Amino acid sequence: MGTKRHFRVWRGDDTGGSLEDFQVEVNEGEVVLDVIHRLQATQTPDLAVRWNCKAGKCGSCSMEINGKPRLGCMTRMSTFGDNETVTVTPLRTFPVIRDLVTNVNFNYQKARELPAFAPPKNVEPGQYRMQQVDVERSQEFRKCIECYLCQNVCHVVRDHEENKQAFSGPRFFIRAAELDMHPLDARTDRKELAQAEQGLGYCNITKCCTEVCPEHIKITDNAIIPMKERVVDRRYDPVTWLGRKIFRRDQLDEPALAHTASSSGAADTGAHWSQQGPVPQEPAVGTDGKLTVAELYLDRAAAASPFGDDQEFPLPPEKLRYNHPPTSSGGH
Amino acid sequence: MTNIERHTYDVVVIGAGGAGLRAAIEARLAGKKTAIISKSLFGKAHTVMAEGGAAAAMGNVNANDNWQVHFRDTMRGGKFLNNFRMAELHAKEAPERIWELETYGALFDRTKDGKISQRNFGGHEYPRLAHVGDRTGLELIRTLQQKIVSLQQEDYAAHGDYEARIRVFQECTITELFIEDGAVAGAFGYYRESGEFVLFETSAIVLATGGVGKSYKVTSNSWEYTGDGHALALRSGATLINMEFLQFHPTGMVWPPSVKGILVTESVRGDGGVLKNTDGKRFMFDYVPDVFRKQYAETEEEADRWYSDPDNNRRPPELLPRDEVARAINSEVKAGRGTKAGGVLLDIASRLKPEQITKRLPSMYHQFKELADVDITKQPMEVGPTCHYVMGGVEVDADTAAAAVTGLYAAGEVSGGMHGSNRLGGNSLSDLLVFGKRAGEHAAAHATETKRRKPSPAAVEAAVETALAPLQRGEGGENPYTLHHELQDIMGTLVGIIRREGELRDSLVRLAELKERVKKVGATGGRRYNPGWHLALDLRNMLVVSECTAKAALERTESRGGHTREDHPKMDPNWRRVNLVCSLEGEDVRLEHQPLPVMRPELQSLFERSELAKYMTDEEL
Repeated sequence: MGTKRHFRVWRGDDTGGSLEDFQVEVNEGEVVLDVIHRLQATQTPDLAVRWNCKAGKCGSCSMEINGKPRLGCMTRMSTFGDNETVTVTPLRTFPVIRDLVTNVNFNYQKARELPAFAPPKNVEPGQYRMQQVDVERSQEFRKCIECYLCQNVCHVVRDHEENKQAFSGPRFFIRAAELDMHPLDARTDRKELAQAEQGLGYCNITKCCTEVCPEHIKITDNAIIPMKERVVDRRYDPVTWLGRKIFRRDQLDEPALAHTASSSGAADTGAHWSQQGPVPQEPAVGTDGKLTVAELYLDRAAAASPFGDDQEFPLPPEKLRYNHPPTSSGGH
Repeated sequence: MTNIERHTYDVVVIGAGGAGLRAAIEARLAGKKTAIISKSLFGKAHTVMAEGGAAAAMGNVNANDNWQVHFRDTMRGGKFLNNFRMAELHAKEAPERIWELETYGALFDRTKDGKISQRNFGGHEYPRLAHVGDRTGLELIRTLQQKIVSLQQEDYAAHGDYEARIRVFQECTITELFIEDGAVAGAFGYYRESGEFVLFETSAIVLATGGVGKSYKVTSNSWEYTGDGHALALRSGATLINMEFLQFHPTGMVWPPSVKGILVTESVRGDGGVLKNTDGKRFMFDYVPDVFRKQYAETEEEADRWYSDPDNNRRPPELLPRDEVARAINSEVKAGRGTKAGGVLLDIASRLKPEQITKRLPSMYHQFKELADVDITKQPMEVGPTCHYVMGGVEVDADTAAAAVTGLYAAGEVSGGMHGSNRLGGNSLSDLLVFGKRAGEHAAAHATETKRRKPSPAAVEAAVETALAPLQRGEGGENPYTLHHELQDIMGTLVGIIRREGELRDSLVRLAELKERVKKVGATGGRRYNPGWHLALDLRNMLVVSECTAKAALERTESRGGHTREDHPKMDPNWRRVNLVCSLEGEDVRLEHQPLPVMRPELQSLFERSELAKYMTDEEL
C-alpha cells in the first residue's frame, strides 16, 4: 500500500559519520518519525533516535529535516514532493552521541545556572493570589516543551562553540522573562541577570528561534525584546548605575564583547547556509540609550534572517553536504 | 571483568515523572543523598501528556467541595474496589500538594478572586481539577523539575557541587534490583548513551516507572511505558494487584498512523460529535443497555434536541460511559462495519459550523491539523479504543507506599489500589503528588534506620550476563521489533478492551510461546545508544506484566471498571471483596485471591446504604 521513498540519514558518532541512503516504505498519513521507526524495524535496528510521546508534547525527537530544525513527529511526509528525497541529520549545535542523538547537556547546565523561582516571603502555601491576566504572560513561556530547536538554530552558538560559555540561549531567555513577569517572584534583578550572566547582549534579534518554535512561542517579541528594553533602560539610569558600582556588578557593562571577533573555521565543512551567521553583537542602542527604531522602517519585524532573505526552506537535499561539526563531548 | 560504574545513595528513585520527582524532592528535603534515574531525558516523562488537570478538593469554585466528596467520587469511580485508605489519604492531602506547587513556581489558571481555578470533569461532583489550559501535565513536570534544580542550586551554594545531594542520571535504564536477606541492596542498569553499566548501592528504592501501555498496539503511551517497575517489583519478590484493570479510552485516533493512539477528548461528543459506521449509520442507539434506557434518547431527533435543551430531553447515547462506547465501537468493527484501519467515524464536521468547532475545541483542531493534516471542521475522525492507563500495580501499604519487600516503595501509575477498577480523570496527577511525597518521606526514613547491604557479586554478574545476552546472540537471535509487534498483537486482540474466556486462554498459550522466543532475542550493533538492544531488554518486562494481566483477566469472571468480560457482563458483589494478587514463582506468574481491606465505619457512613447495596453483598451490609 505504501510507496518506496528515498531517505538519507546521517549515521555515525563523535568520531565521524556520513549520510546513508535508504529506500523505505512510506504510507499515507505518516510523519518522518514513523519512517525512522520503520527503518529501525526493517533495516537498521540500531539506528539511534530520541523520541517519547510522538504527539508534539515532549520535545524529544528534535532533528534537522532537509536542513531545517524540526520535530520528527510533527513533520508530515505529505509536506514533501512525491519524489523528494528526505535528508535527516542530528541537531548541529550539540555534540553527536550517535546517529540522530546529540548530547544536549549544555541546556541542562544553563538551566542550573539560572536562579530558580524565589517564593514571596510571608505568603503561605494556599494563600497565593494572582490574576489570570497577570499569569498569562508567563504561561506563554511555560508552554515550552524544551525541544531545544531554538537553542540549535541560534547563530550565536550554532558553529560557535566558543560562545557557549557565556550565552544561555533563547530557551533560557524565555525562562528568565517568565520569572521576571511572574506576579509573585521575589527577585527584582532578573533583567540584569539576563544581561550579566546569560549573555542576552549577544542576541541581535534575528528571530530564528521564534521561527522554529513548535509551540509558536513568540520568543523574540514577547520575551527577548522586552527583557532587552528594560535592561537598556536600567543601564542608563544613573541610580541603577550608582547601585551597580556599589554592589560591584561591574560586569554588567561588559556583555562579553571580547567574543565578537569569533572565528568561523567550521563553516566550510558545514551545511550550506547561503550566508554566514552574523557576528554576535550588543543591541544597537542609540545615544539616548534606547533601542533604535530603525526596524520600524523595515518590511518585516526585527532583523533579517541569518540564512539570507532569499533562502527558502526546506533546502533541497543536493545542497546539503552534512558534516557534523567537531564539538567537545560533555559526558554525563 | 566488565567495567561497572558504582554509586552509593541513601535513596534511589527509579523514574522521573511526577511521582518520581516528587519522591526525590521529599527524600532530599529529609536530608538524604538522592539519585533520580530517568529512562529518557530529564523532563520528558509521560506526565507531560496529562491534559485535564489535577483533582483536589480545594473548594475554590464551589465551596461545597471537601475531601469527603472527593473520596466518595473516587470510590464510586473505582467501583468500590479501591484501597479505601489510599483514596482517603489522596482526597485529604491533594489540596496541600497542589498549593505546594505554587511555592515551587507553578502557574495555574486563576479564578476571578485570584485563586487556583478548578474545572469540571467526568465523575467529579464539583469543579475540582486545577489546570493550566490543556497542558497541566507539562506544568507539573516542569515545576517539579525546576524545584529539583533549585535544590541543586542550594547544594551548590553550600557545598560547591550541584550534585552533592541530588543527582539526575538521565537516559539510564534499570534492568535489575538486588535483594539481600529479603531487603533492598541496590539497582543495576545501563546508560543508553554509552551502553556502560552502572550499579547503585542503596537500602531504599522508590519505583515510579509509570505504566504498561507499550504492550498494546493502539496506545496513548510512549515507548518508556514497558512495565519496568512492575516487572522489577515482581522479580524482587514483591506483589502486584488489580492487573486485570486497564483503562481504555473509547476514542483514540486510529488513522492516520502519525496520530495513532492519541486521545480525542470526550468533549467532542459532548459538543455534538456523533459516531457513525462505514454504512453512515449512527449506531450508538443500538447499544444502549437496559439499565441506561431511561436516561438516554431513543431517536436521533430527541438526542439532537438535548444539546440545546438538556432539561427536557434525554442524553444522546454517544455520551454513555466510556466502557459502553468502547464496547459498541468494538462490536461495529468486528461486524465488518469499521474502517480499514479498524475504527469508526467520529463526525463533528457535519454537526457544527467550522468556526464553532475551532472555538470550542481549539487544541483538538490544532493537534490534528499539525500532526496529521486532518481538518476536523471538514472531515470525520477515525477513532477506536486506545490503551490509556493501568489501574493495577505494585501492592503497597497505603500510608507508607511500601511494597512487600523491605526497602522497596512504589508511587504513581506503577502502584496499585488507589484507583480500584477504574480511575477518574484528574486523579492521576494528584495521586502522583500525594503518594510520591509519601514514598519519598518513608524511603528517607527507612534509609536512616537501615544499614546498606552489599549486592552479592554473583547477582551482579548474573545481571551483566542477562543484559549482554541479546548482543551476544546478535543477528542469530530473534528480531526484537518483530517480537514486540507480535506481543502488541496478542494483547490488542485477545486481552483488549472486551475479553472472552477462550481468547484469554489462547493469549496465555501464545504468551508462553513468545516468552521462549524472547529468551532468544538478539540485537545487532554495539552498546552505544542502540535502540534494538534496549527494546530487547524491555521485552521480558512487557511479557511478564502482560502475563499478569491475561491471567488476572481470565480469573475475574465479572465485568467491573476497566475489566469487561463479554461472557460475564455483570458486576458481582462477591468479586468486589477480592483483589487478585500476582507474584513470581520461578519464571511463572502465580495468582492468588486476597480479601479487600474493609472500609472503616465512619467512611462507610459517607454513603447512603442504598448506594452501598449496589456494590456490596448482603453479608457486608
